[in-house]
Amino acid sequence: MIRSEILREIAPILRDHLVVCNIGLPSQELHMIDDQPTNFYMLGTMGLSSSIGLGVALAQDKTVISIDGDGSVLTNLGTLPTIANNVADNYILLIIDNGSYGSTGDQPTYAGKKTKLENVAKACGCENVVACKAEDTGKALQDAIDSKKMTVIVSKCESGNIKLPVITMDPVVIRDRFMKAVQA
Amino acid sequence: MSISKKIVDDFVANGVSFITTVPCKQLAGVIDEVEAREEIYHIPSNKEDEGMGLCAGAFMGGKRPAIIMQNTAIGVTINTLATLTQFYRMPLPMLISYRGELREPVACQVEMAVHTKALLNQLSIPTYHFHKESDADELDAILKYTFMCNKPVAILTDASFWGGYGDQ
Repeated sequence: MIRSEILREIAPILRDHLVVCNIGLPSQELHMIDDQPTNFYMLGTMGLSSSIGLGVALAQDKTVISIDGDGSVLTNLGTLPTIANNVADNYILLIIDNGSYGSTGDQPTYAGKKTKLENVAKACGCENVVACKAEDTGKALQDAIDSKKMTVIVSKCESGNIKLPVITMDPVVIRDRFMKAVQA
Repeated sequence: MSISKKIVDDFVANGVSFITTVPCKQLAGVIDEVEAREEIYHIPSNKEDEGMGLCAGAFMGGKRPAIIMQNTAIGVTINTLATLTQFYRMPLPMLISYRGELREPVACQVEMAVHTKALLNQLSIPTYHFHKESDADELDAILKYTFMCNKPVAILTDASFWGGYGDQ
């Protein structure tokens, strides 16, 4: 199972919640599969999906899901201690871990080698960390939402991409409709 | 009233309720004041670009954010300022300690000080420089301006503004 197949499977769960989606192919895939005003697509700024999502979660009460990748979390590894020490029980960090930098040509990441991000998250102080197989991502995500506890999910999947167009929506439009969805 | 208290009073009066900080010796007093205020959620960052991500999220979640950091952070955050804060048109007051200016004891700080204003200028970021304590009288207007125009705005505060570095 590759990332786009996970996103297709969890789209019916995601659509009822605020979602901050990682730069590159993950945002393009989510945009194609199920575009929603509750989706904030990152068009740049690798690594900050988890930080942006935590900021949204700390500022209001609705459930926020940050979709991140193993490569992007490694880029901004300082995010995990910040998450652990600023508990927002309406926040879920879903790391889709395919062990590679998918958007740039599937170069391997260290998460695909010795480094286990679920262990890193625990070591940083995150209290609810779930590692799951790609096929179980929907259940893990729904359980995390229902638990109303801040949760980090590391979903292990295969590396691989599908061909799809870039997002041409204006960034201010993405931001504006997301903010209206937050307030709705 | 201490200058740190006055600065944080202005933040609070302008509805700023979410502040991320990366420490600097010069900013210790204002960071203590941010931490002490009940009206503000203080979230220390491990790196300034992470902090700008948190601020972007807090803004979209309905809060007015601010970041407090050292000028060396401009070197860290150019991509984030351009592709997140500016590209999505979000307001971000940046209270910045301007290390490497007059009275600086650490030579290496000068290496980023000489680039600081040039980089901010290149990014078309409105920039204010507090050199005397009375310069902070403009902070209220600067914050109103920032949230009016939805841009990152830099407030550089040098050693003379903070009263030097004490005994060296």
